[in-house]
Amino acid sequence: MDQLALSSLPSVGVVSPATRQRRRLLRIGKQALIVGCALGVVVWFAFSVRAGLARNGIAFDMGFLAQPAGFDISEGLVITADGLRHFMSSDSNAAALLTGFVNTIKVASLAIVLSTVLGTLVGAGRLSHNWLVRQIAFGFVEFVRNTPMLIQLVFWYFAVVLKLPGLSDATRWFGGIIASQQGVFVPGVVVAEGGSVTSAWVFICGTACFAAALAAPRARRWLLGSAMVCLAACVALGFPLRWSLPAVDGFNVNGGFGASPEFVALLLGLAVYTAAFIAEIVRGAIMALPKGQWEAAAALGMSRRSTFRDVVVPQVFRVVLPAFGNQYISLAKTTSLGIAIGYPDLFNVYGTVANQSGRSLEGVIVVMLAYLVLSWFISAIVNFFNRRMLAAGGAR
Amino acid sequence: MRHLRSTCRGFAALAVLAAAAQAHAAGSVLDTVKQRGVLNCGTDNAAPGFGYLNTKTGEMEGLDVDLCRSVAAAVLGDAKKVKFVVVTDKSRFNAVQTNQVDVVFAHTTVKPGRESAITVDFLPIYFYDGNGVMVKGTKISSVKQLNGATICTTQGSATEQTLAGYVKAQGWSASTKVLTYENLEKLFAAMESGRCNGMATDRSALASWKANAPKPADYTILPETLDKSPFAGFTVANDSRWRNALRWIIYASFQAEEIKVGSADVAQATKSSDPFVLKFLGTGASFGPDFGLPTDFVAKMVGQVGNYGEIYDRNLGPKTPNHIDRKGTLNAPWSEGGAIYSPPWI
Repeated sequence: MDQLALSSLPSVGVVSPATRQRRRLLRIGKQALIVGCALGVVVWFAFSVRAGLARNGIAFDMGFLAQPAGFDISEGLVITADGLRHFMSSDSNAAALLTGFVNTIKVASLAIVLSTVLGTLVGAGRLSHNWLVRQIAFGFVEFVRNTPMLIQLVFWYFAVVLKLPGLSDATRWFGGIIASQQGVFVPGVVVAEGGSVTSAWVFICGTACFAAALAAPRARRWLLGSAMVCLAACVALGFPLRWSLPAVDGFNVNGGFGASPEFVALLLGLAVYTAAFIAEIVRGAIMALPKGQWEAAAALGMSRRSTFRDVVVPQVFRVVLPAFGNQYISLAKTTSLGIAIGYPDLFNVYGTVANQSGRSLEGVIVVMLAYLVLSWFISAIVNFFNRRMLAAGGAR
Repeated sequence: MRHLRSTCRGFAALAVLAAAAQAHAAGSVLDTVKQRGVLNCGTDNAAPGFGYLNTKTGEMEGLDVDLCRSVAAAVLGDAKKVKFVVVTDKSRFNAVQTNQVDVVFAHTTVKPGRESAITVDFLPIYFYDGNGVMVKGTKISSVKQLNGATICTTQGSATEQTLAGYVKAQGWSASTKVLTYENLEKLFAAMESGRCNGMATDRSALASWKANAPKPADYTILPETLDKSPFAGFTVANDSRWRNALRWIIYASFQAEEIKVGSADVAQATKSSDPFVLKFLGTGASFGPDFGLPTDFVAKMVGQVGNYGEIYDRNLGPKTPNHIDRKGTLNAPWSEGGAIYSPPWI
């Protein structure tokens, strides 16, 4: 604030309070005029659009959101009064858009985690002392960063995922994992049929005790003991969860957790693409550290690994987090490329809704708002962690 | 990049409609086309027999493409004065609403919602089709066996809704999936790779994709027809001058076949002794001027592109890989028991 005030002061002479007041009013007037003009343009635009729509006999109407969708979505859940279930064609257009949004969030959140891990490894690899690792990391970044995401996505889908064997010929990896054209299926934990309700509650208590034990070191012994007691009670009452192996049944797979080929391809495409950018951010941040820090660590007798872990990484993560945030937001928006491979993300579902109901303008407004909220949410989370990290390090 | 284009269209719709409010107050698309000297016609480029970019010749070909050429010949006197704008099942309606194209011929099924909610105006039906399902191999012989399967179709197509209704009516298990792709090319690529257990679209498209497949014998088109799908071109709503001209251009193509005037004998027919034939072809009297069309619009159109029968034979006839039987079907001329029918001209 002080600097601002100083720079706006005239360089010579003393300004009388009246002049200062006049200048202030003038400044406010100018700002108001600009804001007014901008608002005017927006209002004019809105009225023109309305007039244009009316001329073509199209009314602006959000009522389509409540109408039944009348089309199916290949994957995705919808929240109803009866809880979560698969989307059905009799659900509303709003439910369809929500299903698309959930699919967008699902693929974006997993891709963010994967790309961060992969990107950090590659970024560190680019500075490795090992020649081969360095060259591989360099090649990866250059290749991935300099080809269009859309082409990579089509490659992942048609040339990788859909080249997997069909369901009937698929190999079972490690006894349970199935990677096929119909999707990737892994064993999972499901709620056992016929398990007693008491047992389920006891299990939840046990899990809570265990989680509390991790969080509160002081009462750890006592809490762990309670968790063990709960576990024993669970086993006695009939365990509420069971291990579920995927099993091929006709066209489909029953049991376990499954991911569709479209999801897998989009996840891989997004994670790999963003990882290349994250790698460059990480590399830049590491290189920006003063050389003296490495030398000081070496002088203290720290190994390279320990230097990296205790000196470099804590500082690097403080620097890169805002830049990561940008990448995450960009990644979340890039999920809209899913349409190229038939993944039913928000934008894909919007396309169908707009096409079947004829409400493209209303739909695009809803969709833009949804992406806006998603981006804001991501930057809020990144900012939260950034503040926490700064506070913890005492950098302020 | 189509998805990008369609986003842009959302904004283009805004901008164009805003501009249209000011500038485009009166005036028919017919005048715009004549002024521009080129017809912007929306077609598919991945639907063999209808709208297809032949990679060997680099030319667009198909029934839809030839109808575009007919319109260009009738309105502008030259079948070559047409710019083909590729539209997808999803983008085609926005394309006419935003005046990006003047008319669309893209194997589009006539449906009430498309005229009421989406607000386009349909032209006469030029092809009668129905939705079917194609599978790989010979193990499956009926659509009923596809319970629990992944069935693929194109996004924004009429089949998408038909299929959803069918799955629901059959009470199939929740593991039955309808997977949608942007266009037929991607759909068929996914089908070929084995991702889809069934490919659902118009039977004519199934037949041509099967015929153009590396090994056509690998594919079986199931006998059931899920629903009717009559194809018609369409234009922007509430422009009756343009719509009427187009309607009668299509009817003229049907009528020319009925009175057996083709591209080879149109010159001779202008010397006919039948006063109707003379007026129809625009010698002396003409139907054209009242529509805002040239006097000889039928003669130009039939001379350059041929009548409906010739167009059908060129694209879907027995000599083509996309052969679809015409005799004894709704696509035969009405004089032979079909539904290709022009109202009387006099």
